[in-house]
Amino acid sequence: MGVVLGTFSVHTKQVDYRRRGSRRDKIDDELEMTMVCHRPEGLEQLEAQTNFTKRELQILYRGFKNECPSGVVNEETFKHIYAQFFPHGDASTYAHYLFNAFDTTSNGSIKFEEFVMGLSTLLRGTLRDKLEWTFHLYDINNDGYINREEMTEIVRAIYDMMGKYTYPALKGDVPKQHVDAFFQKMDKNKNGVVTLEEFIVACQEDEMMMRSMQLFENVM
Amino acid sequence: MAAGVATWMPFARAAAVGWLPLAQKTMPKPPVDKKSRSDEILFVNVSGLRFQTWKNTLDRYPDTLLGSSEKEFFYNEETQEYFFDRDPEMFRHILNFFRTGKLHYPRHECIQAFEEELAFYGIIPEIIGDCCMEEYRDRKKENQERLAEDTEAENAGDAPLPPDATLRERLWRAFENPHTSTMALVFYYVTGFFIAVSVIANVVETVPCRPIKGSIKDLPCGEKFSVAFSCLDTACVLIFSFEYLMRLYAAPSRCDFARSVMSVIDVVAILPFYIGLVMPENEEVSGAFVTLRVFRVFRIFKFSRHSQGLRILGCTLQACASELGFLLFSLTMAVIIFATVMFYAEKGTKGTTFSSIPASFWYTIVTMTTLGYGDMVPDSIAGKIFGSICSLSGVLVIALPVPVIVSNFARIYHQNQRADKMRAQQKVRQARIRMAKKGATNAFLQHKEDGGLQDGDSDSTPLCVKNRSAFEHQHHHLLHCLEKTTNHEFTDEVTYSEVCVTDSVGFRTSRSTSLSSQQGATTTCCSRRAKRRAFRLANSTVSVSRGSVQELDTLHITKTPAGTQYPQSRSSLNARTEDLKLNCADYTAAIISIPTPPANTPDESLPNSPAIPGILRNSRSSTYNTQETVKISSL
Repeated sequence: MGVVLGTFSVHTKQVDYRRRGSRRDKIDDELEMTMVCHRPEGLEQLEAQTNFTKRELQILYRGFKNECPSGVVNEETFKHIYAQFFPHGDASTYAHYLFNAFDTTSNGSIKFEEFVMGLSTLLRGTLRDKLEWTFHLYDINNDGYINREEMTEIVRAIYDMMGKYTYPALKGDVPKQHVDAFFQKMDKNKNGVVTLEEFIVACQEDEMMMRSMQLFENVM
Repeated sequence: MAAGVATWMPFARAAAVGWLPLAQKTMPKPPVDKKSRSDEILFVNVSGLRFQTWKNTLDRYPDTLLGSSEKEFFYNEETQEYFFDRDPEMFRHILNFFRTGKLHYPRHECIQAFEEELAFYGIIPEIIGDCCMEEYRDRKKENQERLAEDTEAENAGDAPLPPDATLRERLWRAFENPHTSTMALVFYYVTGFFIAVSVIANVVETVPCRPIKGSIKDLPCGEKFSVAFSCLDTACVLIFSFEYLMRLYAAPSRCDFARSVMSVIDVVAILPFYIGLVMPENEEVSGAFVTLRVFRVFRIFKFSRHSQGLRILGCTLQACASELGFLLFSLTMAVIIFATVMFYAEKGTKGTTFSSIPASFWYTIVTMTTLGYGDMVPDSIAGKIFGSICSLSGVLVIALPVPVIVSNFARIYHQNQRADKMRAQQKVRQARIRMAKKGATNAFLQHKEDGGLQDGDSDSTPLCVKNRSAFEHQHHHLLHCLEKTTNHEFTDEVTYSEVCVTDSVGFRTSRSTSLSSQQGATTTCCSRRAKRRAFRLANSTVSVSRGSVQELDTLHITKTPAGTQYPQSRSSLNARTEDLKLNCADYTAAIISIPTPPANTPDESLPNSPAIPGILRNSRSSTYNTQETVKISSL
């Protein structure tokens, strides 16, 4: 019987072995998170850098600190939070791109400053700032050009958030059509990629989009 | 939506800017946020303990009381705070939930109280954090079990059956609760006795008796006195069959009853006999029949109806089914492994008893359970080594699931103890609660007889000057209004049930001293004259009310033994309508003086001394007195 028990325990140990490897990473991750308690720069500095008032910064920080006591958001948490808003589909891909867009220092975590800067651009920034931000969101590899593959990725990620049950039902080529339409509109010189200038010019010409931009002024 | 994401909403909406270049249609207009978005500190006063928190904190969970506009109902304008008249200690936990997003269960609090608080604040208990969830679940389960026992004890049928219970219901009651009636008790003991007799007979009939004259061989008693034993067996089976059929007839749900364990045992106990009757005297079949007789031993399980301990044991085994299953499974595995090992270890030995692996099973089992009969013993060294390993591991395997079973048994046993204790205390508890309730109704009836309800008579009732709260005043007024509305008056339970008894008595005019006939006489007189009289006794403490078809009204009389007997009046509870009319017509505010000749006495007995306290005294003396004037008023 001891032999039996022994074989069982060995087996479980093996299972553990693999898991422990990943678990070690997670533990380290958590340790890092809890130990690295990042404190943002002073309120005045942030106020100067962003377009928010002190009160708004206070409110934002209180909410941020409540959710992430360690002062930074990592990608997992970010995805989880964003997924709460879109329960029907899978928001993780888009959240990933969004995370990268916010994480300007590209260190895998968003600090409060980055968070607030991003929000400031989106909500209180100039039109050009907003468009630049959006361009950087679409430009996944940060090479200054949006090519078809990147756009397809983004569009597919957005359609993923819709989920399966849509009306009319999502067909396979809908993202592709969407990307084609986009490129038709944005790619002026038809060279297959969209540069920042092309993007900005095309957007400013699009009246519908300009109208929609204004709607997002009062979110905060 | 999950908790806490309210803070991220502005971010999610801002991020929607990223969709704009791709959008093929215009975005819809955003909702207009009327209230100011700036954050403020809210004051929440919970029974004097003042809490302060950001408004945003409370807004994080908009589907709770504090997060929605429901809290405005509790806003106190003067003090500019939200006031809740609830437990401040509990509120701490609730507020922490808003602050941290995790709900913790305080271990020292009663689980019911905690759940009530959660229900009040609109928080579902399912979001209790993992750290406290297990504790919460355990306590909740314990509480539910306890409550289930309570209601079970209440419904356990110790309460008297309604008078219109059918024969079936009565029979079922008698079977399930033998102590409710004597017949049931007798039947219970008789069946118990016969079960014992049957089991003992089964045992004794295999004992060898002295052989009959002329032969040397010992005979088992069963064959020597075969007639006696078969008679006994027949009698027992007849009784068991009768009992089973009666139970089947009385059962509220025959399908469920037929499927229950006890009924299966009953059937199995009597089946061999009937099969024996039906089966022909065939040689080959009777062999099978003999094995069937083994099932007669199942009669001993019928004792579980008579013994609670057996039931608990059965319950425990049922509850520990998984542990027992595991025990069995691990034992089987071990047996197979060790048997194989021993077989191959002993294969070389000459003349070994380990002839095959199944043969080694016996050795393994005997060794693992540390029995060690010694009929199979390993000879080779390897065999001995493995044999010792086998016995050591056997101890371990058997010792592991046993504590689980033991603890389950303890838990169920204690539950049963508690249930029994509760049932015993139930009666006392009920009586006390009834008395407390009576206090409230008594107050009104007392108030009435104190004359407090006299219209415009406030100066002549010094007795009823008692300090009563505004609530009591209003309550009494309300009851009085109801009395006026329905044309009936309140009385108490005792007199009502008494009059119930007297109601069905016919119109007799005997004047015997027995209570029933007194009441009979009274109904005679009363039916014609006094069935629906109301008496206001000036100095007495007796309150009398009109009979009614709906209410518990009887004429309530305090009787004092005074030698003479007069029939007294009792209003019948279920006065029929013609009586009603009759009585109403008869009496319109007359003052009847007593004593009068018995034939037409108003039959109101008054207490000798006005100082008799309590209106609910209803002495059951068989002699009655009538004297003094009674003021009669009718509606």
